[in-house]
Amino acid sequence: MSTHAVGGHAATARSASGTRRSGDGRDRLFRRSVTGVVIALALLWLVPIAWALDTSFKAEPDTIKIPVNWAISHFTLSAYSTDFSASDIARWYINSAIVGVIVTVLTVFAASMAGYALSRQSFLGKRVLYVVILAGIMIPPQALMVPLFREFQAVHAINTYWALILPQVPAPIAVFIFKKFFDGQPIELDQAARIDGASWWTCYRRIALPLARPAVAAVSIFTFVWTWNNFLWPFLAATNQTMMTIPVGLGTVIPGTGITNALQMASAVLGALPLVMVFLLGQRQIVEGVAGTGLK
Amino acid sequence: MTSAALPSRTLPASRPRPGRLRSGELAGLGFLAPFLVFYALFLILPLALAAIMSLFNTSLVIPGLGRFVGLSNYGELFGDTFFWQAMWHTVLFTIVSTPVLVVLPMFLAIAIYRVRRGQWFFRLTFFMPYILPSAVISLIWTWMYEPGYGLIDGTFHFLGLGAPGWLSSPHLVLYSIVIVTIWWTIGFSFVLFLAGLQDIPQNLYEAAELDGASWWTQTRRITIPMLGRTITLVAVLQVIASLKVFDQVYLITQGGGGPNYSARTAIEYIYDQGFTSQRVGYASAASLVLFVVIMAISFAWLAVVRRQEKGV
Repeated sequence: MSTHAVGGHAATARSASGTRRSGDGRDRLFRRSVTGVVIALALLWLVPIAWALDTSFKAEPDTIKIPVNWAISHFTLSAYSTDFSASDIARWYINSAIVGVIVTVLTVFAASMAGYALSRQSFLGKRVLYVVILAGIMIPPQALMVPLFREFQAVHAINTYWALILPQVPAPIAVFIFKKFFDGQPIELDQAARIDGASWWTCYRRIALPLARPAVAAVSIFTFVWTWNNFLWPFLAATNQTMMTIPVGLGTVIPGTGITNALQMASAVLGALPLVMVFLLGQRQIVEGVAGTGLK
Repeated sequence: MTSAALPSRTLPASRPRPGRLRSGELAGLGFLAPFLVFYALFLILPLALAAIMSLFNTSLVIPGLGRFVGLSNYGELFGDTFFWQAMWHTVLFTIVSTPVLVVLPMFLAIAIYRVRRGQWFFRLTFFMPYILPSAVISLIWTWMYEPGYGLIDGTFHFLGLGAPGWLSSPHLVLYSIVIVTIWWTIGFSFVLFLAGLQDIPQNLYEAAELDGASWWTQTRRITIPMLGRTITLVAVLQVIASLKVFDQVYLITQGGGGPNYSARTAIEYIYDQGFTSQRVGYASAASLVLFVVIMAISFAWLAVVRRQEKGV
């Protein structure tokens, strides 16, 4: 919705103002200067990323020149290769991918079934359960890290994939998104199938879920990005370097590698890369997901 | 409503026997079960555990609850200057960052909404940092602030502006991190405002055009008032997110909470108590206090939204 519609609206707004006769000079000057400020801010916003890239391609001595400068006297990718050979970053990539994919699959599975039940089926206590799940949207998981750690400590599961994956699955907001989506689907298809004797599972699996592909895509991409980026819980649950995810490794191990500026920026770039790719693939879902937050 | 419609409409055909009804009930709960299991184990149980452990002197390194201490954890907490200091940093962080994170993205969204060519460039530029992990952001900005060699500090040196000690001055470090946070998260509010702008009816502008209203007047009289709901939403989401701030502060100060704990936030205080001092019971009490504050703000906001919707 958002990306195309924004462009479309902008165009109508433009053509509307274009037909205007009173090309008021002061107004135009004002608008020009606003555009100028926005362009300046956009360039400013790019500077940290450009600086990180610039540093990552430098040889280490180049990064500590005074006065500070952008010049790369000797372009090299050695920081990147050192990163892979000297740190566990390859392992962290694998961990992040495993955790991200499994959390996403489980979240979509559990949340879409729950959303389907709340939308289509009638059962005792449905209303209460719905309110309880909705209230969960507001629970700040960060405030529950200590007891959650205690739970996993009690079953000796710290530094396991179980600990990294399971607590990230319950996302009440995903249930809400699926329920809303199923509410908007025509009920007749399910009814017809039910009359023909199809089970609820068949209705959900063969009819409702395939029709809910946009919701599945949005929830998947969002969950994946959120899980991939999550820092606090994986930081607590993985103290062993081989169990760390990308953010935990980059946040806690890489800064301790001494004065290796190029290496640190190469790590930052490597940490950013998968997200940039996911973003370019799923831009619409991500932007719409954010835009839908709380707007309902 | 759909759920109510389904049984009544399907009743004659699909439910010849009353036994059918009970299987339907079971199916509903069965579909909810997987989610409810996760929900109970990893959101409700920790909450209950926090409430229980806050009444005990539970330790990280000793199994079990420890000794029952009544409300003494809470008593100690309310007299603990370090706890209040951390709460204050969190509030200060919220007070400083929220206005910027409401006004600046609103300005950007309004300005960019009308740009015809290259709009994608602006959207990408302002939104991209938001999807990067906190660890990447922290690496980049620690290097930006690096004394002497980082781009920001180095440029200050070069211009003869001295070294303000971005991350080493207790007066400055929290503000340096606010700057990072603004850069990182502006895209979130920016996208919410772009969505809000789409909901403003175009004919309002057309009418204003005919009356010869300038762009600035239109913005002030139409756009900003019509964005009221989005402004509330963005402000509340920013406040809630700021109360939970941890990642970038912890990472940029390298776990130390800044010089003299000058940037330690509430979550970091809970982390320090629970994991560094290993006082799980005490940390649980602090968690619950923070939890109640955040939930109270969320519910207050929900009440406001409900009333706004009824008013319309």
